[in-house]
Amino acid sequence: MNLNGWIQIALYCAVVLALVKPLGSYMTRVFTGERTLLSPVLGPVERGLYRVSGIDARQEQHWLAYTGAVILFHVLGFAVLYAILRLQAVLPLNPADQTAVAPDLAFNTSTSFITNTNWQSYGGETTLSYLSQMLGLTHQNFLSAATGIAVAVALIRGFARASSGTIGSFWVDVTRATLYVLLPICVPYTLFLVWQGMPQTLGAYVHATTLEGAHQTLALGPVASQVAIKMLGTNGGGFFNANAAHPFENPTALSNFVQMVSIFVIGAALTNVFGRMVGDERQGWAILGAMGILFLAGVLVTYWAEAHGSSVLNSFGLTGGNMEGKETRFGIAASALFAVITTAASCGAVNAMHDSFTALGGLIPLLNMQLGEIIIGGVGAGLYGMLIFVIVAIFVAGLMVGRTPEYLGKKIEAKEVKMAMLGILCLPLMMLGFTALATVVPAGLAGPANAGPHGFSEILYAYTSAAANNGSAFGGLTANTLFYNSTLAIGMLVGRFFVKIPVLAIAGSLAAKKTVPASAGTFPTHGGLFVGLLVGVILIIGGLTFFPSLALGPVVEHLAGAAGQTFATGG
Amino acid sequence: MLKQLRPALVLLTALTAITGLAYPLAMTGLAGAIFPAKAAGSLIERDGTVIGSSLIGQAFTGAGYFHGRPSATTAPDPADASKTVPAPYNAANSSGSNLGPTSAALSERVKTDVDALKAENPSAPVPVDLVTTSGSGLDPDISPEAAYFQVSRVAKARNIPEDKLRDLVTARIEGRTLGILGEPRVNVLALNLAVDDLARR
Repeated sequence: MNLNGWIQIALYCAVVLALVKPLGSYMTRVFTGERTLLSPVLGPVERGLYRVSGIDARQEQHWLAYTGAVILFHVLGFAVLYAILRLQAVLPLNPADQTAVAPDLAFNTSTSFITNTNWQSYGGETTLSYLSQMLGLTHQNFLSAATGIAVAVALIRGFARASSGTIGSFWVDVTRATLYVLLPICVPYTLFLVWQGMPQTLGAYVHATTLEGAHQTLALGPVASQVAIKMLGTNGGGFFNANAAHPFENPTALSNFVQMVSIFVIGAALTNVFGRMVGDERQGWAILGAMGILFLAGVLVTYWAEAHGSSVLNSFGLTGGNMEGKETRFGIAASALFAVITTAASCGAVNAMHDSFTALGGLIPLLNMQLGEIIIGGVGAGLYGMLIFVIVAIFVAGLMVGRTPEYLGKKIEAKEVKMAMLGILCLPLMMLGFTALATVVPAGLAGPANAGPHGFSEILYAYTSAAANNGSAFGGLTANTLFYNSTLAIGMLVGRFFVKIPVLAIAGSLAAKKTVPASAGTFPTHGGLFVGLLVGVILIIGGLTFFPSLALGPVVEHLAGAAGQTFATGG
Repeated sequence: MLKQLRPALVLLTALTAITGLAYPLAMTGLAGAIFPAKAAGSLIERDGTVIGSSLIGQAFTGAGYFHGRPSATTAPDPADASKTVPAPYNAANSSGSNLGPTSAALSERVKTDVDALKAENPSAPVPVDLVTTSGSGLDPDISPEAAYFQVSRVAKARNIPEDKLRDLVTARIEGRTLGILGEPRVNVLALNLAVDDLARR
């Protein structure tokens, strides 16, 4: 660890924090239907879209209709994406002559993109045509992100409204999130990325003759336009197999920094949107504060572990930290920081190979995802994930003092707590259940590339990443098989919808309630005590659920490595 | 649900056309007009042929060139398409080694590389980036220490004084962006092109 590394980390936090208020203010205007700076340009487009779709922008939906719209949108999106992947061989814009994507892989990839997971069973440059990347993946990058934002906004309305039968219109929310938030940022962002060296071309792969006379095929494509939304929408699915470690997908230290900022910026700003819409910005800052504490703790551990180096490298007297799987231009600090950010948010892009991280350096990304990606989190998903924990924390506080719990003037009753627990419990069921299955059936055991505890970590990481809709991987796992493609896809679907639907149910239930005025007995939810309680509840629930599995993987590996042990794959 | 079918279908189609076609195509046109060389992949040409991209590393093996970091990229086995063979710096199939911190295979690979480098230059500590594979397998850079480490070998093979080569390396070190971001580095392809120029003069 060095001073410069800490300065990079501090600068990162400062830039994200500085953007919270301006973007939060803008997004609040967008989702409350007020005029914005971009209304003169985008207003006509928006109204045109509503007209052709037969949408009345003023007509709001009951939570059940909202949920129905969300599901319908996903189902249709899945069908379109699956069709494009299966038909890419006969569709245009396929200069590298990619063949049709296999059915199980197309199922996995389509599921992965509609759920904002972007797990990479596919290989990017070796599997997908330019059309599949653009029309297939780029558009789902936008829409799955816009859906996440829409659901978060619907939940916020649940808290903000009183005695209301509706929580907004999904069609309006998803259109506005796409047109007013995502697209206007992506346009200049794409140009910035190209300026940094990222390709943006429809030209075919280039054949080069190297200085030593060897042949090198350079995979290219419309990379920058996809990377912009991949990061901003916390999607994370790479254009190339190596994702943001690839020099074409992350050319410079500056492009790396801006990509990291763009992963967090919308999620962080949504806490401010929350504060503004419930009428007390401090409520948003309290939630951001809890996120910040967990985030900085993760950065500290990962940076320390990676800078300290792995036992294998240290045994040869090598200094300079664990550089296996990391790029020279980023170094240890920016790689460790990126890993914590991408798993705190549900991004899943990687600028270094997590599989080659030290045992403890890899534990933090795993734990971040297991907690449900509530530290900033996926766009929208992070905020509603965190609000689920808030409900549980408030409930626990209520139990302690023997009073009906209230949050923002809403009584938290049995229905909300049940729904919150459903959302929390479906994740460990998928993560741990499928890991247990994969460690006993031959099809599962065929996956890991590494032996010993690290092989177990590879499996655990895969199901954790899928259910948490993250998409990053311990990439050594051979996941492009029928067994993994299907079980991971199930994990993604459950992880997405068994959180989203309970969240919308909570939104509907809260919106219908009356607001009770605060009294002397009301637990204040904008101060340090509440932040501490929230962090405590998250760590207790996460720790109790996942510590045994972490002990079997990273913790054992750390101890074995410290004792000088290595593991060889048999056969 | 049926009442929602029309908005769902039409909106999905319209937003798909905007975000999946109009946006990437417009960006391709705009990027090609403003940054044509970068949008096309920062290609480097010498004597009319493309020799690579300034952003993508190449496999250098000769003693007269500076070497990049080890690369874990692979290519399909020509004899059996279901298997892969090592193909360092395969820019059509980026990947890392994905070897974990307690992997015996990693330990053996690093040992072989460390021993070879120690034999080549016993006077300096082995830089860690010269014995570890990058995340992409296409890392175009090495650390300044890794470049200095190889000066004596390249100087001997090329018959260039070591001082001159060392100055060449020093001149090609790129610092941290704004003095803060990333790490100091040397682009191996650019350095080797400069070495070729120096040797030609």
